[in-house]
Amino acid sequence: MSSAETMSIFSPALSARFDALVLKYPVKRSALIPMMLYAQDEVGYLSDAVIEEIAQRLDLTMLDVRNVASYYSMLRFKPVGKYNVQVCTNISCMLRGAYDIFEHLEEKLGIGHKGITADGVFSLEEVECIGVCCWAPAIQVNYDFHDDLTNDKVDEVIAAYRAKAGRADAKGESANA
Amino acid sequence: MPDVTFTVDGKKLTAPAGTLLIEACRKAGIEIPAFCYYPGLSLQAACRMCVVRQEKVPKLQTACTTTVAEGQVFTTESPEITQARKATIELLLGNHPLDCPVCDAGGECELQDMTFRYGAGESLYTEAKNHREEQKWSPAVYFDRPRCILCYRCVRMCGEGMDVWALGIANRGSSAIIAPNGGDHLDCEQCGMCIDACPVGALTSDTYRYKTRPWEMNHVSTVCTHCGDGCKVTLGVRQVDDGAEIVRGDNRDKSGINGDFLCAKGRFGFDFVDSKDRLTKPLVRNAAGTLEPVTWEHAIRVVSNKLKEIRDSKTENGGGSSIGVIGSNTGTNEENYLLQKFARTVLGTNNIDHIRTTDYAAFVRAMAGHEHRAASLRDTETAKAILLIGGNPTEEHPLLAWNIRTNFRHNTARLYIATDSPIKLERQARQTLSLPVEGYESLTAFLSGDDSALGEIENAKTFREAVNAEESLLVIFGQEFRGAAIESLVKWGLAKENVKFAYLGDYANSRGAADMGLSPDLLPGYIPVTTPGAFAEEYPNLSTQPGMTAPEMLDAGCRGELAALYIVGSDPVTAYGTDPAALKRAFVVVQDIFLTGTAALADVVLPAASLYEKAGTVTNTFGDIQLVKKAADKAGVKPDFEILVRIAGGMGADVKKLVPFGRGSITVPAVTAPALSVDFVPTPRPIPSLRGIHGDLGQSRGAHSGEADRHAVWLAARGLELRLSPFDPLAALDEIERLVPSYKLDRLNLFAGNDVHSEPGFVPVASLTAPTAAELILPAHDGLFTSGVLGDHTKALVELNSYQESISQPVAEAAAD
Repeated sequence: MSSAETMSIFSPALSARFDALVLKYPVKRSALIPMMLYAQDEVGYLSDAVIEEIAQRLDLTMLDVRNVASYYSMLRFKPVGKYNVQVCTNISCMLRGAYDIFEHLEEKLGIGHKGITADGVFSLEEVECIGVCCWAPAIQVNYDFHDDLTNDKVDEVIAAYRAKAGRADAKGESANA
Repeated sequence: MPDVTFTVDGKKLTAPAGTLLIEACRKAGIEIPAFCYYPGLSLQAACRMCVVRQEKVPKLQTACTTTVAEGQVFTTESPEITQARKATIELLLGNHPLDCPVCDAGGECELQDMTFRYGAGESLYTEAKNHREEQKWSPAVYFDRPRCILCYRCVRMCGEGMDVWALGIANRGSSAIIAPNGGDHLDCEQCGMCIDACPVGALTSDTYRYKTRPWEMNHVSTVCTHCGDGCKVTLGVRQVDDGAEIVRGDNRDKSGINGDFLCAKGRFGFDFVDSKDRLTKPLVRNAAGTLEPVTWEHAIRVVSNKLKEIRDSKTENGGGSSIGVIGSNTGTNEENYLLQKFARTVLGTNNIDHIRTTDYAAFVRAMAGHEHRAASLRDTETAKAILLIGGNPTEEHPLLAWNIRTNFRHNTARLYIATDSPIKLERQARQTLSLPVEGYESLTAFLSGDDSALGEIENAKTFREAVNAEESLLVIFGQEFRGAAIESLVKWGLAKENVKFAYLGDYANSRGAADMGLSPDLLPGYIPVTTPGAFAEEYPNLSTQPGMTAPEMLDAGCRGELAALYIVGSDPVTAYGTDPAALKRAFVVVQDIFLTGTAALADVVLPAASLYEKAGTVTNTFGDIQLVKKAADKAGVKPDFEILVRIAGGMGADVKKLVPFGRGSITVPAVTAPALSVDFVPTPRPIPSLRGIHGDLGQSRGAHSGEADRHAVWLAARGLELRLSPFDPLAALDEIERLVPSYKLDRLNLFAGNDVHSEPGFVPVASLTAPTAAELILPAHDGLFTSGVLGDHTKALVELNSYQESISQPVAEAAAD
């Protein structure tokens, strides 16, 4: 375990969190899914290095980790944009025009489902129900919700994120941080 | 668990409480179909084929996870259940390709059987099939994704059974797929157990795929020719122009000592039989000094004339003692027995030996007089506690490793390991003791109570306490132990109650070679030549002077003191590093399946049959004796047994004295009690009047030899032992049983294809002699894909070996970073 601590690819805070998480369950591998989620939040996706370290921390094979991860669509093996736009197209949203919004976004960002913009700021994804049926249609950008949308409102939302990304760039932060 | 009574389909059944319904039904002859259920592995309940109706339960229940309890009532076949199973099959067939006519599993496919049974051949699904190309995962394993029905058998077999964990399930729902650990390839032990477990044709083997159909082969159950575990392997055999070829090796009926298991060598390592390097014609060195193909008659004449001439020569360099004989580690017991009898009675020499890879003589000497102390391989599956000292079962004894893992998984067996280098079985061990390389003898002293013997080794005392606290113990030790070290270890164990022993050695019949007296100082059954006992009468002209060991024979040959060397299935020149040129003066005869280093310098080379091309018995390293049946056939070769008899005949020896065959030649052994099942009592018959009347009807040859075995069961059960041919190795078995104390065989079991344990405890204590030289032992240490000379000529194993090396390379580099 000491090697994982000293050579961890995660930040010291996350590394410490994982150390505690592993001890929390009667069976080590129970910590697998939360670990993958936290790791994805920090690194952006489940890279081979992430999978290797998680496997090592939980005494699993990399195959085990991959098999569990591939079951869940919210765990990904490829990077996404700085802002991952997830458009719900389940029944409530669909009835209230989710596909119009999705197509609008496709046109506006110039990318399709699972695509990433050339500057790496946005990625687009069509997803199942995100639990905002009462204010449909809705999208989720990273962990933030934007609901009761029209194409105009979507433009505002995107503009706000683009401006935010611009500020971050100006401050010299990396787009993927 | 107490027995409970429950009702299935109106029948009252009784089984221990907690038994799985599917098992209870199978025992009672009620078959419940299942794809995912595999006895011995964890429960999956993934396929929904085993659904049954349980009274008072609203939904259909899976029989593979339902445990039986008092008073339950089940229905296993009804229109409702048939409909449910049919629907399941319809879903499975939704994306299953209809390629049964070309699929390897066609004819032995569980999905095919169920489709025929439930009639789900027609489907309402009209979706297009999602085709994927077949993938090659390793030189041994291919994966055809659309055929897979996601039963998880391979995943569990690989993980739980093999402790390799190379397979998993990736993705979800209809895109779920079996995934190998290397992404697009397998990094594993290449055992092929996943292929065996697969109920359909999703996993196929490189050696068999697209070659033939199951019903076009004859299936011959014989014993694997590779390691010392002696797994039963079923060879699929097909007729070809020059004999019969082996198309497949597998573990078809799972009835052998190995149960479910077979490793890469047993499953894929048979193509040496068809190797281009095979010797198929006798060769005799001509005047020009090169080996020239000749007829069998000529070759036999050359050998027998020359051996006779040397034996009868009165010169200084003549007589029987100037002939040396070296036998084989892979030949049958009968051949080895006959070889030493030929050497001792026809050639008149005790210069007989084999390349010893294991010190069985010392082991048996230590065990002599102590009955029920030698472990069978079967004991390793049930022993409550196992002490493994030295050895590396995972690499060198795959079946032993499988049994220990199974025992650990099913019975939580306690495994204690003492080893000088890490081994994989430590994962199952309760305690592991790391010994220095030279520390094995000290371990015995330490276990016996000498606290200072091991010096300062961590956990040594707790290890000893735990081992000593065991009420029964199975001690398995490796070739690190030889001579006196074996004696002291066995002595330590014999002082305790309920301790059994097993000694790990190489090769399919190394144990048999030692048991059959391929030794200059020991007769069959470890009787010293100095005090031959019954052999004095049986073997005319037996010398009581011990002969030369194999290295001594080679040295004597090099010095010109040995006029002839007769070598059967052995390559001593390579093994002992002898200078080939130095042996020029001796007349060297080599009988082998390949042109080995020794054969290359021989004066006569006789092409022999491999273990897959002959019948007889072999003894595994645990002393379990099994029947070998003839599977393949190769034009031009002869079994060692027949060659020997022909040479003896050519020398003018009385063949009837050498091989007890035909009228008036047999001393029929009394039928031993365990040979008979309780419900069958043989009618005693006047045997002499029947002797020599019946022929073997030709059934002892070729792929139909199973017929002869049933014939033999019938004969044996009636106390009849008819051997009408001098080439029938079982005639020698009669004599072995009569003369070798440890080979008291339960013939009914042996001929039925089961393993029969020999009892070294029957070796008379009076026969104990000074230990043989322990330095003669040359362990082979063959791994998962090597098997001495055979391995070098087996393409499948050579390929697997280089594949394993190529994929382990990057891992080693990554570790170095």
